[in-house]
Amino acid sequence: MAEDEALIAATALVKQFGDFTAVDGIDVRVRAGEAFGFLGPNGAGKSSTMRMIGCVSRPTGGALRILGLDAAKDGAAIRARLGVCPQQDSLDLELTVLENLTVYARYFNIPRKVARARAMELLDFVQLADRAGDKVEPLSGGMKRRLTIARALVNEPEIVLLDEPTTGLDPQARHLVWERLFRLKQRGVTLVLTTHYMDEAEQLCDRLVVMDAGRIVAEGSPRELIDRHSTREVLEVRFGNDPLDGFADKLDGIGERVEVLPDRILVYTGDGDAAAAQVHGRGLTPSSVLVRRGSLEDVFLQLTGRTLVD
Amino acid sequence: MVTTLIFPRAMSRLDHRASGALSVTARNLAAARHAAYWWVLLSGFVEPLLYLLSIGVGVGRLVGDIALPDGRLVTYAQFVAPAMLAASAMNGALAETTMNFYGKLKFMRIYDATLATPITPMQVSVGELIWAMCRGGVYSAVFLVVMAALDLTTWGWALVALPVTLLVGFAFGALGMGLSTLLRSWQDFDYINVTQFGLFLFSGTFSPPSDFPVPLQILIEVTPLYHGVALLRAITTGSPDWTVLWHVAYLVALAVAGLTMASRRMGVLLLK
Repeated sequence: MAEDEALIAATALVKQFGDFTAVDGIDVRVRAGEAFGFLGPNGAGKSSTMRMIGCVSRPTGGALRILGLDAAKDGAAIRARLGVCPQQDSLDLELTVLENLTVYARYFNIPRKVARARAMELLDFVQLADRAGDKVEPLSGGMKRRLTIARALVNEPEIVLLDEPTTGLDPQARHLVWERLFRLKQRGVTLVLTTHYMDEAEQLCDRLVVMDAGRIVAEGSPRELIDRHSTREVLEVRFGNDPLDGFADKLDGIGERVEVLPDRILVYTGDGDAAAAQVHGRGLTPSSVLVRRGSLEDVFLQLTGRTLVD
Repeated sequence: MVTTLIFPRAMSRLDHRASGALSVTARNLAAARHAAYWWVLLSGFVEPLLYLLSIGVGVGRLVGDIALPDGRLVTYAQFVAPAMLAASAMNGALAETTMNFYGKLKFMRIYDATLATPITPMQVSVGELIWAMCRGGVYSAVFLVVMAALDLTTWGWALVALPVTLLVGFAFGALGMGLSTLLRSWQDFDYINVTQFGLFLFSGTFSPPSDFPVPLQILIEVTPLYHGVALLRAITTGSPDWTVLWHVAYLVALAVAGLTMASRRMGVLLLK
């Protein structure tokens, strides 16, 4: 992609904290109007990358251009055109719901009247209009998140950065957030988000990168990544409480790849039913058989491993 | 304004910066409107007034008149009142820029969100200081009214003293804000409190520094409250001379140093 098409262009971007390298030379291009995701386990460098894009963290190395400006030099001018929804809601607990938006709007030099009108509109958008005069503290987690998202939109940003937008929310709240984000995307706002929820990435992202230990290990649309790094279907078989040590040999040759886990065996294959038939054909009698579509989660675990990171 | 015509770009940039800082001040005003904040405000004003009445007027009866540097004699209450005024400006500013600022910086984490906008750490520092000045200004104005009503200064000199109290507050506020960025926990506030009380007792407040041994006298004249006291005493007793310029310069330098430190440290802490 040509440099001038990209709203965000990172080249060999590095972030170090002392001896620790959080981001280790990544190249990223985000186009106008797309929803772009950073996936990765905790500590992969997603948040550090987001903070650099948000111009609240200075890159240690490499180049970062956002909206055609240099992040290292024009931080304030870039921030004026970004909306930021940080990982932890940083709402002002001493202010009301409405004031959280109007006070924030003043930071962008938005006239009082405009700020108020826009704030009311946004509260409507995130379904909090009836809580406008309330304090922030008693709001539920989902409401706080929505308010944070509304606050990120108060300056009508061209790019909205969302760091784990639905972490810690219940299913209803998550779906509401997704739906609002989808509407933003429809309006042409560029979304950049981090997540470790695969369903979230599949729901929202046009394109994503998988990060691990500060590097990008894969890049593409969710579908492309599944095609490239996993299989169309996955067969999951269980054998009650039997130890599964010897099964790798017994299932060898079925599907493209067999992975033995402590509780179940995964067979990566283009055709799950056929693979299941082969398993039975070898005289094995699993206690349960499940055929499912290959998912981004399979890609993720394949690329970043199953070891617990933190 | 003429300056706007001559330097349109520079002025609009300055305007922009100032409005950024003022938006930080506006946040505090909005927050204060809800809180039981106004009662807290009151306590900061009552304390120096109590000192003025008990020591200035009460103890003053036992002490008799006291000589100013220029040799003029004033009553002890007239001597102590400007010192209490300076201390009140100091306390008001420090209350805002130490405890409250620290809480917003480290616990409420207000500035994390502020700095994600075009607002810079310097604008946050200046905006917070302006807010501290609003609070300090109210303290000082009320205190000056009391002084003039008790005949401890004239109304005219009281009017001159008001902006000077803002300078004293600005300098202490900046210093306090700078130091707050170094604090590791609430326990560390003990250091600030002890220092504050030491300054309150020894900065030429209750007796002239010349009453102390020379080393202590030098120490006093290096510390900031002494300059605030000497400056305000020269004004409220109606005897300013060229030394006031030195005190003003000292306080301005302190304000600039404090602001620079506060905004740099805020950058280090929040813009990692």
